[in-house]
Amino acid sequence: MTTGPVLVVDGLTTELRRTTATILEGVTFSIAEGETVAVVGESGSGKSMLALAVMGLLPRAIRRTAGSIVLGGTDLAALSAGEVRARRGRDLAMIFQEPLSALNPVMRVGTQIVEVLTRRRGLPSHAARAEAIRLLGRVGIARPAERFRAFPHELSGGMRQRVMIAAALAAQPRLLIADEPTTALDVTVQAQILDLLRDLKRDIGLALMLITHDLGVVAELADRVVVLYAGRVAEIAPATTLFDSARHPYSRALLASRPRAHGPRSALVPIEGAVPTAGTMPAGCRFRPRCSLATVSCASPPPLHAAGPDHLVACWAVQ
Amino acid sequence: MLVAFLFRRLGGAAVVFLLVSMLAFLLVWLIPGDAVAVLLDAAASPEETARLRAALGLDRSPLAQMLAWYGGLARGQLGHSLLLNRSVAEALLERLPITLSLTALALAIAVVFGTSAGVGAALAHGGWLDQLLMGVALFGLSVPDFWLGLLFIIVFALGLGWFPTGGFVPISESLAGWARSMTLPGLALGLTQMGFIARMARSSMLDVLGQDFVRTAEAKGLSRSRIILAHALPNAMVPIVTVIGIVTGALLGGSVVIEQVFSIPGVGRLIVGAILARDFPVIQGGLLFLAGVYLLVNLIVDLLYAVIDPRVRLA
Repeated sequence: MTTGPVLVVDGLTTELRRTTATILEGVTFSIAEGETVAVVGESGSGKSMLALAVMGLLPRAIRRTAGSIVLGGTDLAALSAGEVRARRGRDLAMIFQEPLSALNPVMRVGTQIVEVLTRRRGLPSHAARAEAIRLLGRVGIARPAERFRAFPHELSGGMRQRVMIAAALAAQPRLLIADEPTTALDVTVQAQILDLLRDLKRDIGLALMLITHDLGVVAELADRVVVLYAGRVAEIAPATTLFDSARHPYSRALLASRPRAHGPRSALVPIEGAVPTAGTMPAGCRFRPRCSLATVSCASPPPLHAAGPDHLVACWAVQ
Repeated sequence: MLVAFLFRRLGGAAVVFLLVSMLAFLLVWLIPGDAVAVLLDAAASPEETARLRAALGLDRSPLAQMLAWYGGLARGQLGHSLLLNRSVAEALLERLPITLSLTALALAIAVVFGTSAGVGAALAHGGWLDQLLMGVALFGLSVPDFWLGLLFIIVFALGLGWFPTGGFVPISESLAGWARSMTLPGLALGLTQMGFIARMARSSMLDVLGQDFVRTAEAKGLSRSRIILAHALPNAMVPIVTVIGIVTGALLGGSVVIEQVFSIPGVGRLIVGAILARDFPVIQGGLLFLAGVYLLVNLIVDLLYAVIDPRVRLA
């Protein structure tokens, strides 16, 4: 990493208010300026929870109990709710999985971008309108002045996600969090949205935190990968390193479970069992019940340690 | 697109109105026994009976009677009252402003306070304010409007003397007098429907606040008031507006009773009087009038829908 980090998350821990069962535990990673970090894991691994925790948008039932979220030198975890609100949209923005439900159905899409420009960037309304149309064009929407007046239901899924991206970029954030941005889209549209994100990353040096379970998306876009399992970081590595030589048994299993388009056809290898849920977490390493390499030492939680240059693994079997 | 939508709804309303007018026409036959015999006492001579029958046009063939009824409707004539010395249309129009102003006031009270209470309760979800507001709403829902009216008369008119016990002062005569004469009946009528709207507004708002686009608005860092007023409320309004249409029907029905309680000479009192005196043409005209107002309100509700929610215009 040559430039300073935009985001440093350290020891982030969250729990359910009611049962005090932990969800995220000691999550630590960073994102450098212009870097794309993918957070991967199965459903229930805590990926989306991590995104919401960074945004300060955790559901009421969940609270952060420890850890810091340092964005551009300020610890968001130490700020009041109002101060975090003032940063949201300006310093960090987020796009969601379902662009249809994530857009207000009774508000014109142009207005949904303009409100960010007038209220967060303080542009006068005529300038905001021009800027919103420019942004719509920038995210690849044809005839942006016309589409400015459209309602979300009048647009295709891909266009809606482009609108979401335009609204997220409107306040010129340092960090964009994308939670499964292509999951709800058709395959061809997925590729277009990934292209758009790659362009934006290159052109405006946007730092991107990409939440996904799709390793194909990771290969397309990510510089580094954080593998999350049951709320803990299992492995952090540059994307190429992870694809070539993942060390954590869970990462390896995850890579083995994906279908391949090239090379010899082989059977898919599923990971037996399911991610434990909050409150039923095994003691020690949380992957132990599903791990073929488990030994007695796995009864205590493995620390994250170096397994190579810029490569961290939390596994007793990896030295 | 909005115009096409309007015409479709207008067509539907016309069909309903036609059905109601048919029902009103059949009313004379639907009452048990001979309508003319019911009107006159048992001692009436056959000549008197025949004269009334001819005056009502009941001696003609059913088809001719129907043609005469619809012919009159087409010209805006609803026939003559048997007891009041004027046409039904005159009698209705005379009392129309009174009933409409009472209903409109009650509706305004119900909508403004009901929506505010419901939205307030949703924002305070689970807290003491939520429980208090919903308790009041449940009370309003459970109490009959005439009972509330009588209670108001006892406490605020007879007891405290703040308001008259009844009667009506035209707005053209004195604005203050009109307001004083309308406050108690408007409240009695409106409060019972307020509870209904409040409960709907609360559940609708809670539903909307849990939706993804509210989280998006939060992610944009918009202020709480902007999120509630510009994003959540317009979406929550669709079910609330539906309820407003239903509530208007209940208010029109309720005004019949409340006009009795507060001795207000409105359409409701006219209809009750007509029923007691078996003044058929007035009953028929009143029925058509109430159906017409109800259809008009629901047409406005449908239009409001389309204005609030652009997706409705396609349906």
